[in-house]
Amino acid sequence: MENKEKTVKKEKKEKVPRQAMPEQQPKKRVSNFNEVPYGYTKEMALAEASRCIQCKKPTCVEGCPVDVAIPEFVKLISEGHFIEAAWKLKETNALPAVCGRVCPQEDQCEKLCILGKKGDPVAVGRLERFAADFERDSGNIMIPKVAPPTGKKIAIVGAGPAGLTIAGDLVKMGHDVTIFEALHKAGGVLIYGIPEFRLPKAIVDAEVNYLEKLGAKIVLNAAIGRLKTVDDLFAEGFHAVFLGVGAGAPVFMNIPGENLSGIYSANEYLTRSNLMKAYLFPEYDTPIAKGKNVAVIGGGNVAMDSVRTALRLGAENAYIIYRRSEVELPARKEEVHHAHEEGVQFKILHNPVEYIGDENGWVKQIKCIRMELGEPDDSGRRRPIPIKGSEFTIDVDTVVVAIGTEANPVIPRTTPGLETNKWGYIVTKSEAGETSREGVYAGGDIVTGSATVILAMGAGRQAASAIDAFVKAKN
Amino acid sequence: MYKVIEKTFLQEIVARIVVEAPEIARKRKAGQFVTLMIDEKGERIPLTIVDSDSEKGTITIIFQIVGKTTEHLSKLEKGDSIMHILGPLGHPTEIENFGTAVVVGGGVGIGVAYPIAAALKKAGNKVISIIGARTKDILILEDEMSKVSTQLLVATDDGSYGFCGFTSQVLQNVIDSGEKINIIYAIGPVPMMRVLANLTKPYGIKTIVSLNPIMVDATGMCGACRVSVGGKTKFGCVDGPEFDGHQVDFALLMSRLRMYCDEERQALQNYRCECDGK
Repeated sequence: MENKEKTVKKEKKEKVPRQAMPEQQPKKRVSNFNEVPYGYTKEMALAEASRCIQCKKPTCVEGCPVDVAIPEFVKLISEGHFIEAAWKLKETNALPAVCGRVCPQEDQCEKLCILGKKGDPVAVGRLERFAADFERDSGNIMIPKVAPPTGKKIAIVGAGPAGLTIAGDLVKMGHDVTIFEALHKAGGVLIYGIPEFRLPKAIVDAEVNYLEKLGAKIVLNAAIGRLKTVDDLFAEGFHAVFLGVGAGAPVFMNIPGENLSGIYSANEYLTRSNLMKAYLFPEYDTPIAKGKNVAVIGGGNVAMDSVRTALRLGAENAYIIYRRSEVELPARKEEVHHAHEEGVQFKILHNPVEYIGDENGWVKQIKCIRMELGEPDDSGRRRPIPIKGSEFTIDVDTVVVAIGTEANPVIPRTTPGLETNKWGYIVTKSEAGETSREGVYAGGDIVTGSATVILAMGAGRQAASAIDAFVKAKN
Repeated sequence: MYKVIEKTFLQEIVARIVVEAPEIARKRKAGQFVTLMIDEKGERIPLTIVDSDSEKGTITIIFQIVGKTTEHLSKLEKGDSIMHILGPLGHPTEIENFGTAVVVGGGVGIGVAYPIAAALKKAGNKVISIIGARTKDILILEDEMSKVSTQLLVATDDGSYGFCGFTSQVLQNVIDSGEKINIIYAIGPVPMMRVLANLTKPYGIKTIVSLNPIMVDATGMCGACRVSVGGKTKFGCVDGPEFDGHQVDFALLMSRLRMYCDEERQALQNYRCECDGK
């Protein structure tokens, strides 16, 4: 790698190949929860950053929901100004170390990179991660200047990606920001959902810590809708409320036997493992079923996180059961690739129809049916159709249902006048997140349904400007 | 951090703890619960709020020692603290003047029955309370229940105090006496609730039970607390904790409650070894 880097400057920029990221070998990593990719070395980052041709009209930025100044931060890296690169990132992105790891760059910035037309796009995500990690490891964390206090109090409900982003933005604008979080730790899905091996929790803690240093207050164990309502928040003197509570309720298939012991929602399985650290039981008190034969139902990122967690908990057979074909798997390619490498068995074009339990009410088999693809459905993907008479059983002792989530009804139920749609998601008037209630804004999964971390962050960003304008106009 | 104000043992394995939690104290209503986590490595467990004092800003919890977390909780003393308490959670009990209400509490469930009986009495109901325990020494809250009941009936399995037998037999006697009962609340061990629900079904008396499934976040996020009610899956934490007893699948509840038996035993054993070592 070093030799390659030395020759970089002499050759044409395009000749430097996209730098691969070193990672833990599959055999080794399935027995630990440590992060899979190690991250770029300085040399790799320099080489990768040198590939950026610094377009005058950078299309990559158009692909970024939070408008990260991509060419600028990449240029800073290529010049060896790593910390400055991190600071540049943080001008528009409160969580760069997170986004560098979990954003689907292949569908966003990197998809639009001009280099991608003929070859491989610049590895924007890996560079973002490198710069953010470099700053954190250096301990030289910049706390940007915040505007003079406006005297406006803003309540953020939910300390997930949307809430953390908007909190950072509003604090910088000089507002008095308080985040209310129901769980005992801030981070939302970054803490309870995404596993340690994909997003180390120390990184989330550091990003949350940074926000607190910036001046955002975080109140834990505060279930808004129960402890206090949105109206209570206004009565307490808040001038605006942002609801970024996520799509927290798990969806089940409602098939026979689904409530047998050993069958989890992905939310529960991952919350036990990530938030409660059940993978460290009995050092930590929360238990989790350490199944030998584990089936995960679904094909998204959450399903991949679950099945890879199962392997690390000691599963001998870990299956993905997905009703369409491998082409339609909604998970990121990288996640599917990692799952394959680690030995996950993909049962594609399969769908569970029933769970069969043992005499103690514990799941012992899944009855599956084989599927074939028909005409495209509303989503544009080919509709899976059951093949009659093709049922068979798979022996399992643990099942994780990862087929999606839906809106948690607690806030809408306790907030009179807050309009929701037929699925229970909060209706917003524009991308700025205005709801049917004056002064109440919403963004992230509670508006869009399950989506990505970065889209929720983008929603937080857009609502920040709207809330800023709203509270200032209230003078 | 939530400070422990007082801890007393009501009997050998049942303790009462009073904790500072002013916002929860102000907001909570009968039938609601909290989840608490004693320290960073702890488990989140749901416990019913038995009483609260909004002026002092305290809530009262009564619990039975059944595993590591409850044993640890029972060892906390005045001045110690609990790291996290989330609440009030769950739907409050729907309180109105029904006429005559029977409140049945079994074992530590009497702690949960108490605020419901108190609220029903306050709403103008004739409250007949039936409380039961295995034996006299482990019966709790007799005086408190007596104060919030029009009539209090006591049963012990071994006959060491009050009626000799189960609460269900006492309830049968009340029904047989011709008392017109408008609603029954049954709170206690799952087998007791099942027996009571089966008993009242033929009489068509509305019977509410308070369920105690395993929970993690207790905000509707994880579904650990799935219960089957009338053939439909409900979440104990946000749809409950109270349900129509005639619709509940008690067998499922019992088998799901046993999910972590081995781990619970292991955790308790390790904890006791650690405590002995200190």
